[in-house]
Amino acid sequence: MATLNMTPELLKEMYYTMALSRALDDRMWILNRQGRAPVVYSANGHEAVQVGSAMALNRGEDWIVPYYRDLAMVLAYGMTPREVMLHLLGRADDPNSGGRQMPAHWGLKRRHILTTGSVVATQDVHAAGLALASKVLKDGRVSMASFGEGSTSQGEFHEALNFAAVHKLPVIFLNENNGYAISVPARKQMAIMDVAAKAQGYGMPGVIVDGNDPVKVYEVTAEAADRARRGEGPTLIEAKTYRFVPHSSDDDDRAYRSREEVAEWKKRDPVITFEKRLLDEKVMTAEELKTFQQRIKDEVNDATDFAEKAALPDPATLWRYVYAD
Amino acid sequence: MAVMSYLEAIRETLRQEMRHDQRIIIYGEDVGVRGGVFRVTEGLQKEFGEDRVIDSPLAEAAIIGTAIGAAVNGLRPVPEIQFADFIFPAFNQIVQEAARIRYRSNGEFGVPLVIRAPFGGGVHGALYHSQSVEAFFAHVPGLKVVIPSTPYDAKGLLAAAIQDEDPVLYFEHKAAYRSIKGEVPEERYIIPIGKADLKRPGKDLSIITYGLMVSYAQKAAETLEKEGISVEILDLRSIRPLDVEMILETAKRTGKVLIVHEDNLTGGIGGEVSALIAEHALFDLDAPIMRLAGPDVPAMPYSPPLEHAFMVTSDKITEAARKLAKF
Repeated sequence: MATLNMTPELLKEMYYTMALSRALDDRMWILNRQGRAPVVYSANGHEAVQVGSAMALNRGEDWIVPYYRDLAMVLAYGMTPREVMLHLLGRADDPNSGGRQMPAHWGLKRRHILTTGSVVATQDVHAAGLALASKVLKDGRVSMASFGEGSTSQGEFHEALNFAAVHKLPVIFLNENNGYAISVPARKQMAIMDVAAKAQGYGMPGVIVDGNDPVKVYEVTAEAADRARRGEGPTLIEAKTYRFVPHSSDDDDRAYRSREEVAEWKKRDPVITFEKRLLDEKVMTAEELKTFQQRIKDEVNDATDFAEKAALPDPATLWRYVYAD
Repeated sequence: MAVMSYLEAIRETLRQEMRHDQRIIIYGEDVGVRGGVFRVTEGLQKEFGEDRVIDSPLAEAAIIGTAIGAAVNGLRPVPEIQFADFIFPAFNQIVQEAARIRYRSNGEFGVPLVIRAPFGGGVHGALYHSQSVEAFFAHVPGLKVVIPSTPYDAKGLLAAAIQDEDPVLYFEHKAAYRSIKGEVPEERYIIPIGKADLKRPGKDLSIITYGLMVSYAQKAAETLEKEGISVEILDLRSIRPLDVEMILETAKRTGKVLIVHEDNLTGGIGGEVSALIAEHALFDLDAPIMRLAGPDVPAMPYSPPLEHAFMVTSDKITEAARKLAKF
């Protein structure tokens, strides 16, 4: 931590956002098991890669194009817990979609989070396109797409990286490699060990980073963003991480991975290890931690209550926004 | 007023709109140095530079997908798909992304995007250089589908498409590029998308059609006029949205309707037009609605006799219209 070029405030904000994401995530599962939320997609286990990368960008100005796993990322990018819960419960004021999309289909124009669909890797080309506009308009923005390793089997992953490299676009491709595409392990997804190795074939740097260390993720993302802003083109980052829960609230991961494997990864739980690090290195005091924990509890309770009381969409709005006019 | 080919009208409109709006960029396969395989974008890279007229990698999903991102971030992309037949790798990006982004974001995001693509047969293009693909996209709320038949319409509709806030598919019949000529005003103008055009007034029957088939229908109407049959021709110009009002007006006026398109019969736009008339003007009809369309075979074959057998021609239109007139 001594080598860090980061202020204690930023490190604490990182921790807070990771812990907030975990707490919101846990609450969403409870709501699901109580029959109050139809489906949940989790960031549980991915908090370090999501928060570390998001905080390395010019948040709210640079574009992010997330995927369904990215709860912690959108929180780091300025979506509020209330907005997350409005989305989960399909409320009219959900700023992601007005209750139209399934949970975890993020999009928030105010913070430059592009709306996302369900077909994986479609977002990769969108990020390249945002970056194409930045290059033409010289607006100084960087774009970042994030995605699981399963989606790197898609043609559009290849097309996006190739297009971006040829045109030296200011874009970052962030792979959150948790080893599984629902039940299918990475070894059935590709015949190589590392997603990052694919970068060489496109003529861009491919960087492997410990996805459970937010500081390391921050550093490689900041470097990729600098590179993009200097006009040197895209970077592929592969953050090795793990998801601690099933793919969704409808999945059962006992069918495809052992409890021992999950327990082994949990020893490196990014929220717990980062908390310990900040305490050990005296970046954060025990008092501060307590305050954070209370604040998180309050925020999650507030968000839940707020969203549950919020109005559902009026059926008459079904016809809105098919076209601009 | 200058006389231009259909192709020149499209090129000059692109040039004029690009001069007017710095946000417009063009890209696709071979559109830059080569000016497109049909030369539609010839000279544009020279005038506007490589930043605005871009030779892109050969990957349709990336061409459309990046155009979506670029549109969101402030540009007005006008990508070209080299042949409409090649649009299918980008189908998901068009149908599930571009068309839905406004809806799924509850009006927060929009995709002002024009996808240009040459379509249609009769040029020995065989299965993969001849298709009419418009019905796939006309089915999709969130998209607009425009198909001009004359140089004048090509200009006004392209300008309207570029200025539109939503994704527009702009299909150009490749056999019309050089064969159809007409007067085109120098000044900028738009033709609102969704307005059909009465290309020829008549009394005995109405032909409702679009694209290249408009000129084929006009030829048929001239032949039939000599036989004392008066044919009205309604050019749809856009097949999504459809101009329901004008469709019903012409159906009620003549009482006999022949719908013509080169696209396959089943699931083609003729079925939709026919249903509209049946729902709203059935008792004004004097004969069953008739459709003349490309046959239900997978695509247009190469060898001339086979290609000719597939194509809808002036002769086939004349024959069908004569039959309908005599009903």
